[in-house]
Amino acid sequence: MSAEPRGLFESVADERPNFERLAPFLRRGAVFFLLAALFAGFSLAEPAFSSVGNLMSILQAVSVVAILAVGVTISMAVGGFDLSIGAVAASSVMAASYAMVVWRFDVYETVALVLAFGLTVGLVNSALIVLVGVPDLLATLAINFLLTGLQLIPTAGRSIATGLILPDGSSANGVYDPAFLAIGRARLWGFVPVPVLLMASIGVLAFILTERTRVGRLLFAVGGNEIAARLAGARTERLKTLAYALSSGLASLGGVIVAARIGRGDVSSGASLLLDAVAASLIGFAVLAARRPNVFGAVVGAIFVGVLLNGLTMLNVPYYTQDFVKGAVLVGALGLTYGLGRRPA
Amino acid sequence: MTALLLLARGVAKRFGSTQALAKLDFEIESGEIVGLMGANGAGKSTFVNILAGAYPADAGEVALDGAAFRPTTPADAIRAGVVAIHQATDRAGAPGLTVAETLLIDRFADGRSPFFVSPASIRREAKKIADATGFALTLEKDFGDIGAAERQLVAIARALAAKARVLILDEPTASLSASESERLFAILEDLAAKGLAILYISHRTQDLRRLAHRVVVLRGGRAVASFAKPIDFSAALEAMIGRELTSARPDARRIDAAPALSVRGLKLRSDGAPLDFEVRPGEVVAITGPLGAGKSRLLLTLFGVHPVLAGHVELDGKSWPPQNPADAIARGVHMAGEDRRRTSFTPADWPGGTVSASIALPHLRRWFPRGFLVNGVERGHALEAIRRLDIRARGPEARLDTLSGGNQQKVVLGRWQAAPMRLLLLDEPFQGVDVGARADIAAAVRAQSDVATLIATSDPEEALEVADRILTLDASGLRPFADNAAEAPPLSQGSNL
Repeated sequence: MSAEPRGLFESVADERPNFERLAPFLRRGAVFFLLAALFAGFSLAEPAFSSVGNLMSILQAVSVVAILAVGVTISMAVGGFDLSIGAVAASSVMAASYAMVVWRFDVYETVALVLAFGLTVGLVNSALIVLVGVPDLLATLAINFLLTGLQLIPTAGRSIATGLILPDGSSANGVYDPAFLAIGRARLWGFVPVPVLLMASIGVLAFILTERTRVGRLLFAVGGNEIAARLAGARTERLKTLAYALSSGLASLGGVIVAARIGRGDVSSGASLLLDAVAASLIGFAVLAARRPNVFGAVVGAIFVGVLLNGLTMLNVPYYTQDFVKGAVLVGALGLTYGLGRRPA
Repeated sequence: MTALLLLARGVAKRFGSTQALAKLDFEIESGEIVGLMGANGAGKSTFVNILAGAYPADAGEVALDGAAFRPTTPADAIRAGVVAIHQATDRAGAPGLTVAETLLIDRFADGRSPFFVSPASIRREAKKIADATGFALTLEKDFGDIGAAERQLVAIARALAAKARVLILDEPTASLSASESERLFAILEDLAAKGLAILYISHRTQDLRRLAHRVVVLRGGRAVASFAKPIDFSAALEAMIGRELTSARPDARRIDAAPALSVRGLKLRSDGAPLDFEVRPGEVVAITGPLGAGKSRLLLTLFGVHPVLAGHVELDGKSWPPQNPADAIARGVHMAGEDRRRTSFTPADWPGGTVSASIALPHLRRWFPRGFLVNGVERGHALEAIRRLDIRARGPEARLDTLSGGNQQKVVLGRWQAAPMRLLLLDEPFQGVDVGARADIAAAVRAQSDVATLIATSDPEEALEVADRILTLDASGLRPFADNAAEAPPLSQGSNL
């Protein structure tokens, strides 16, 4: 009986009758069944939906949200919640643009600067949480505010593009490094966008980190019961710092991709990223009925929302219903996870 | 006053494939204190939960005062006069509320109190409740700041304010010291004399001997035996575990090896008494004493959680203690904290919530030096622990919440025995552990021939069962247990201290 292979999210084997065993199966697969149904429906209604080009554009559209969702998921694994990622991504867009347009950095300098910025924010977050003892939601929300404001100061609230007039009256005439723009726009082998590749690599790496390594186990131990983790010898402060650094670092990478795609430092570019990423990671709770933060679920959650929005757009559903659709999906997914997932007492 | 108050006939309850209760018959009269004994999994909690309205029975009848009693919610049960007080008394109130507010919380919740309440009216109403019970409660204190004993009284006072006729207490003395327990017993006897029926669930024969008029033993979901006063506890214990009890206290061994742990002038608080003791390899030393005397703090200090304020500690002749638990574990000092769910386990539905992962938690660095969780390593260690400690679980991948309390505690011990060590610190290792598992754990601890073991327990009976030597810790410091034999509860036969 104990020789059965152990799945990623193991389920409790039981001897209940068939119809009762079907329910957990349906619950575990619910997001995938819905995804398949959406896919079939949209393909029938609009054959262009299932073209490789469109599928890649869906993945490209969700890549930034998926990367941010992986970050939030890691912060949730340690029992926290990183609400600063939206602002980190947005200010990374501004930082990248500023670096190239004003300081005339090249792609390497720019990416290094932005990632360093992200990691620094992660360290500030964890310093507030670990050293000062501010509750995680409050600390990261405060940093979110701080960065949302901070990103406006260097340019006096203007968006950044070549020819930007700086507060001192001079104009900045640096240009975007074409190699930087390629991060958001190039396609490998002619059809895989670089952001999709980044999303896939980060998804795989973060999955391995959280589910298959000792560090991942310890991250979840801290999130599950910090006292028990510490008494088992885990360095809980370091693990939390790692989680917040990863989460902010990934958010700044998301910002790099956004900046490379739009090619200008748009002050409003990060507006919906935080909520979209949080929604994706929460939908991830429903994937495979995991009922806990998990990287795989977060990426699937992001893709799910992307497929839905893309399909609805193709069917000419107005753009302003998008947030409503996302909200409905989230409510549905959480209801499914917690409501139907309740175990008998 | 000896009217039959609560009567249960053929009560059955099934969870999935587990028959938790199978035709249980039970009765209690008003004014009676009935002890309910049973190993973990015998059905005690299920029965209590049915009486308290947490869930309905599948079959059978319960009658209260001659009328059918089928509560559908806890509030329902309380209205009918059946109140269960949970083992974890921190749920009897909430930090941030004062004791007075906690006493009135039922009225706030069911709308009996007016919408607007003034501090003065709360104090007045709460004082009425407290005075009616005769308990000395400090009404203005925050619920989060009062001790376990006082929380217990608050819970009982709430029950009395709700006009309880049947009071159910689940392991009420688990976190009380001997004198606090005695105060509780006096109160319970007083309540019984006033006509309350008290169902008292406990693993502690000492409590039941002191308190119970009658003891009912559950096994396999049935009441298998009932003992009236004078209660034959060895017969009751044998009925409970279904086999003969080898309860003879272990021989105190004399070990002449150099001490593994030596403590000189250690102070737990800056104004505390200096402590001096040593533990030799292979020796099991138990520290008992009232709650708040610093037993846990002593263990946590040796484990590197609290700093050494004064004095000198040596482990194998080298200066100790460490900076933090990680350091302690690296040097072979292991500690299983009090209350396994709080200090040892991660949630069962979270990664790390299985038997094997829980055993592996402190050893991940050693077992997976390259960082990746390789299949089979954890499993091997878990199978070894399951075999050695006779852990009843579906297998290494069983979720912790599918195990009984005794088996969970064995997992905790298995975790720390899974790697070589010099000093094992166990804080209340028998909390919520049935007699059978307790004997297994005691035997496994005593079998560690080159490990020094230090156990903190507030229950002298447990200390007697496991230790070679017993020390008592209180405000005046440490002394051998025998010194205060006059205050100690009656020892079981064969004490050779």
